[in-house]
Amino acid sequence: MSTSTDHGRPDPDATPSAQSPEGRPLSDRGDTVCVIGAGASGLTAIKNLREHGFGVDCYERETGVGGAWNWRHDRSPVYASTHLLSSKPFTQFPDFPMPDSWPDYPHHSQLLAYFERYADHFDLRSHVWFGTEVIRVEPAEGDRWDVTTRSTGGYGPERTSRYAAVVIANGHNWSPKLPRYEGLEEFRGEIMHASSYKDPAQLRGKRVLVVGAGNTGCDIAVEAAQQASRCWHSTRRGYWYAPKYVLGRPADQVNDALLAMRVPLRVRQWLYHWTLRLTVGDLTRFGLPKPDHRVYETHPIANSQLVYYVGHGGIGPVPDLARFRPYAVELADGREIDPDLVIFATGYLPRFEFLDASVFGDSAGTGRPTLWLNAFTPGHPTLAVAGLVQPDSGMFTLAHWQTVLFARLLRARRDRPERAAAFASRVRDRAGERYSGQVKDSSRHWFEVGHADYLRAVQRALHDLEAK
Amino acid sequence: MTELRIMRGREWSRPVRPARREVLSAVPEVEEGRPPLLFVPGFGHGAWAFAEHWLGHAASRGFPAYALSLRGHGGSEPAPEATLRAYAHDVVQVAASLPRQAVLVGHGAGALVVAHALARYPARGAVLVAPVFGGWGMVSTALRRNPAGTLPAVFGGPLRLSRAQLFSRELPDEEARRYVARLGRAGRRAQWALLGEPEAEPAVGTPPVLVLGSPDDRVVPASTLTRIARRYGSAPLLFPGMGHDLMLDARWAEPIDAILDWLEKEPAAR
Repeated sequence: MSTSTDHGRPDPDATPSAQSPEGRPLSDRGDTVCVIGAGASGLTAIKNLREHGFGVDCYERETGVGGAWNWRHDRSPVYASTHLLSSKPFTQFPDFPMPDSWPDYPHHSQLLAYFERYADHFDLRSHVWFGTEVIRVEPAEGDRWDVTTRSTGGYGPERTSRYAAVVIANGHNWSPKLPRYEGLEEFRGEIMHASSYKDPAQLRGKRVLVVGAGNTGCDIAVEAAQQASRCWHSTRRGYWYAPKYVLGRPADQVNDALLAMRVPLRVRQWLYHWTLRLTVGDLTRFGLPKPDHRVYETHPIANSQLVYYVGHGGIGPVPDLARFRPYAVELADGREIDPDLVIFATGYLPRFEFLDASVFGDSAGTGRPTLWLNAFTPGHPTLAVAGLVQPDSGMFTLAHWQTVLFARLLRARRDRPERAAAFASRVRDRAGERYSGQVKDSSRHWFEVGHADYLRAVQRALHDLEAK
Repeated sequence: MTELRIMRGREWSRPVRPARREVLSAVPEVEEGRPPLLFVPGFGHGAWAFAEHWLGHAASRGFPAYALSLRGHGGSEPAPEATLRAYAHDVVQVAASLPRQAVLVGHGAGALVVAHALARYPARGAVLVAPVFGGWGMVSTALRRNPAGTLPAVFGGPLRLSRAQLFSRELPDEEARRYVARLGRAGRRAQWALLGEPEAEPAVGTPPVLVLGSPDDRVVPASTLTRIARRYGSAPLLFPGMGHDLMLDARWAEPIDAILDWLEKEPAAR
């Protein structure tokens, strides 16, 4: 196996140059695998591919590791008070635990420290080209890939290298999704997407409208309740606001005790509703809309403080927005409110601008690739996406196992091609499979996965790949 | 090829409760880029057992060396109800806190703890020194050789290892007595785990594993050393004339030099 990046920094120029079919100069990287992005998913991809004996070149557009969790990065969505939503056991990589001394729900700065330590512990930085962005990924002969890069910001020449395989780990929480409303352009107040929200000082003394009941929207509404002179929180439907602790323990750990016992969904829903009734109570009493779905049917919201601040009058729940006027916002129920700052916590859209959408089975360009296990593409056995999941728990464990599976698939292509072929046919047959039970169909939920269902599916895939 | 276990319901829903741990270390004056070693003492022993000779010796040969006391041992927090799982957690926590990927070195039942930790942490390599993996064969040997010290442990009492089990006659009596007096005890639930032979999950990252011990060890028979070494695809490295506590016995330098030589030669562990 060629491992030209085994020691020291990667050096694509070390290999003899060839030419692409279009006549571009090309450096052939042999069996090396290309990883796009050095965030959580990219780092675990580098580590696991290296552990399975592959050379790796990783391209990272920023100058440090951590991706979304590195607040210095342009595309980082974290704000000063961001804390984890899933407790430590669900968040950490399964083979590199977070320190015992950390709290159940660490702060984002601790998470960045964790990724930096992970990168140093496993000596991953020497495989990363920082300040380099990928601008094109194209299929080449023999299931290989031509990856074109240039320095971030567009300086310097483009460079094309040919790789044996590619792991796309460019993250999906950086391209803001903004809703359209009538009159939005004429609105004279300030408008921002949650991606630009960094610090509670941005809210101080203002009349704030927060739109969206994702976890970010709820967190910002809670901060606005403490900092702003007035806060409205607009949600399209009623949601279940789960506390972060039940029975004195992180709620996800209690929930997983039930999952481990394979308690059926209906029973878990009943228990969950019952627990919420005991801890949070009847939300309609607070003026919040009644949820139109059962728990586990939308991405879970973990927020112990929202209901508390609604109860204190710090947050005024309001329905969906109807239209904007120059100095006011009209709500769906006909009321008008007059915020001077509107924050759209309306989520993000995954984007893969460096790749032809048809490679992903998305010829219609809907932005929703058709993948198996949210990672593998029909017809392209050497391409994987890491971390394109919206789990009901932490994501890094899932990305870890995705990349382990991919590393073992690449090994099987060499050692047991019949197994790799069987895997490829499963990818073709089962692309688009879901792992989340019955959830709402929206751009926020199409890649929603239940961590237990998903990891069991990965376990089966690994077992099938490696069965004697 | 090993099958990995992905679903870890118990780890997720019932994580091990944190405990304060003692970690002793000796690091070389000049960083030579060698992998750090993490020494894991067996039941009853603390980090002190390695601090006597091995830590300093490893550092003098350029290896950053660390030793921890499992919870309930040495200077770590008392933990009478500790389980094998909690001990493995202690090892993984300390290993992950080291600046670089570590080599785990377990002695006695500490080797069993290391075998379990290897399923949770991709060590650069592992060394099992006089490994105690439990099982009725080992328990009956211990009962035969030291009934008064072993029998209470079967019923949840302390396990008391004798001087004759731990050291060769070459070690001066006074030193041996001092060491025996420092021995503590493991949690009874962890001790009970040794009655069976708790099977460890496959290691992650396929680290190279070295097994070493003494044919004159009065705790671990030579046949057990061979069996455990075979499990990891090798043969044991033997040091005749030494007792169970190779790191404290009179000729302590020989085994540690052999371990460091192996690490220098083993490509995967470098």
